[in-house]
Amino acid sequence: MAGQTLYDKLWDAHLVSQRDDGSSLIYIDRHLLHEVTSPQAFEGLRLANREPWRLSANVATPDHNVPTVKKERSEGVAGIKDEVSRLQVATLDENCTAFNITEFTINDDRQGIVHVVGPEQGLVLPGMTVVCGDSHTATHGALGCLAHGIGTSEVEHVLATQCLVQSKMKNMLIKVDGKLGTGVTPKDVVLAIIAKIGTAGGTGHAIEFAGDVFSDMSMEGRMTVCNMAIEAGARVGMVAVDKTTIEYVKGRPYAPTGEAWEQAVAYWNTLHTDDDAVFDTVIEMDGSEIAPQVSWGTSPEMVVDVTQAVPTPDMAQDEVQQQAWARAYEYMGLSAGQPITEIAVDRVFIGSCTNSRIEDLRSAASVIKGRTVANNVKEAIVVAGSGQVKKQAEEEGLDKIFTQAGFEWREPGCSMCLAMNADKLQPKEHCASTSNRNFEGRQGNGGRTHLVSPAMAAAAALAGHFVDVREF
Amino acid sequence: MQAYNTQTGIVCPLDRSNVDTDQIIPKQFLKSIKRTGFGVNLFDEWRYLDEGYPGQDNSKRPVNPDFVLNKPQYQGATILLARKNFGCGSSREHAPWALSEYGFRTVIAPSFADIFYNNCFKNGMLPIVLSEEIIDKLFTEVFVNEGYELTTDLERQVVITPDGTEYAFDVDEFRKHCLLNGLDDIGLTLQQSDAIKAYEQKMQQKTPWVFNELV
Ligand code: SF4
Repeated sequence: MAGQTLYDKLWDAHLVSQRDDGSSLIYIDRHLLHEVTSPQAFEGLRLANREPWRLSANVATPDHNVPTVKKERSEGVAGIKDEVSRLQVATLDENCTAFNITEFTINDDRQGIVHVVGPEQGLVLPGMTVVCGDSHTATHGALGCLAHGIGTSEVEHVLATQCLVQSKMKNMLIKVDGKLGTGVTPKDVVLAIIAKIGTAGGTGHAIEFAGDVFSDMSMEGRMTVCNMAIEAGARVGMVAVDKTTIEYVKGRPYAPTGEAWEQAVAYWNTLHTDDDAVFDTVIEMDGSEIAPQVSWGTSPEMVVDVTQAVPTPDMAQDEVQQQAWARAYEYMGLSAGQPITEIAVDRVFIGSCTNSRIEDLRSAASVIKGRTVANNVKEAIVVAGSGQVKKQAEEEGLDKIFTQAGFEWREPGCSMCLAMNADKLQPKEHCASTSNRNFEGRQGNGGRTHLVSPAMAAAAALAGHFVDVREF
Repeated sequence: MQAYNTQTGIVCPLDRSNVDTDQIIPKQFLKSIKRTGFGVNLFDEWRYLDEGYPGQDNSKRPVNPDFVLNKPQYQGATILLARKNFGCGSSREHAPWALSEYGFRTVIAPSFADIFYNNCFKNGMLPIVLSEEIIDKLFTEVFVNEGYELTTDLERQVVITPDGTEYAFDVDEFRKHCLLNGLDDIGLTLQQSDAIKAYEQKMQQKTPWVFNELV
């Protein structure tokens, strides 16, 4: 019998029952909740008179709607100006109190973007099945977890049964060997992957990222990569457990200790793909060829090297792509063949569950140190992913580097990643953003998002247009 | 959940690929704590000429006459014909809620994003995958024949055109069963409570740290 992939192992370890119709009941170890996709699930529980199956599996924190401006934030939930946002955050608080679910509330110093908080607190541990009503749950696969986003009906299903009905996905291996050049970051790696396989390239698959580039990568870098597996069409992205994983987990607040730690490590060390395992799809890339990436269009696959130009219609694969590009040129206000470095930026956003961890902020700060934001940039903001990240950054003096350069230093939350709170783009504004989606209107109606790494966003803020951070 | 068996309805052609859930229902409407009220804001940014916000009187807003949903011939449509990778992006279930409240029970496309596909079944909607060639043909038919209707038969797993041509589609057995009978799958899973408890007992030995209380 052929060996198992990491995904096969995680699947088998969580199989509660196999049904005759081919579907399976899979046990969920950790369930993360936030204010946007949970209210209707709690309402469903109430209507059916059901209780959460296992309380200790659930942790909640508000992130999408919370204001990031200090003053508004300091007044807690009551201080949220937008009435609808306030009701949503208040509803999460009420539901967590009523059902007795652990919640890091708005001004708890552990609050933050749910995908930053989970690993940081040791709530997400290797080998777990992790779900959340949010597609970027793929992030947690970096720890060798089987993690994916679910819809609200499934949030209710997990609350009530601690299980999900699933069909097994296919296995995809994305192997990137070689060494990354200086100035090339995990974000560039994942953008280059999406550019190569397309936004539907991973559909129906669980992706495992392997090869030198990922074994050399830090945990936070792996989270950045797994985070965007969904932009490649895959609900699940993961990296095998290794020394880096175990060192990262050690000492986290909710990580096991003592004897349980030893027992856990012994199990976690088995969480990697067997040598003779077979993948349904294999993609190989050379890490040394990856350059800093910039998205030019309205889909995360519309990405090029910073040294290149907006592609011309003749470069499209087919007519459908040509049409999509034509719409993207128009929406983005760009012309085919225009060099990327000629695109001016109006706003800069460093944050989101893709790039708001301490290493991201360090990377941006190292570019910024001692320089100032260009005059044509109207606003540049840095939004730490969690209260813990913010605190750490302040201890290292990063906040000073940012504010002295002209950046605003905000309170943790999703912020301008999806503009559900007050942080948003105005129509036609170009934004250098470290987030993960550049869909039409994502950062505000009519706004134009360019996805980049934190270092590239920092460089763009200083230059006022995109620049190759390697020459900066 | 509403059961789905056979359906006959007007087809509305949405000729774009990679339509994401932000497009289906923009994020400002996700602030609602209810399951209803999203239909009027389906495809909001394409459908209206101004910027939408929750709680507004939509009947007073300027509509975009060029958008398919606003064209008179597609009023009352219950089948959405779409291009590849429909429903990509965020996991928001508000997307199928909006589509279904608007009146769509069926979406036909060459491919769907996984989470959206799954979310449809939870809401009494049927996403149907047909090949690119068939989809191209259907788009042509819809464009040239005003009032073009299709019939979908979930039991037999076929889409039937007005001239009687049948196109077969795949659907997983469990989802088909739930949809045909309008079953709530939480109830079904709870019938397996004993298996879940047995699993938990076994794993408490093997991976006790997973079950720690959160103090
Ligand atoms: S940071 Fe952005 S992508 Fe991440 S959870 Fe928040 S809104 Fe979603």
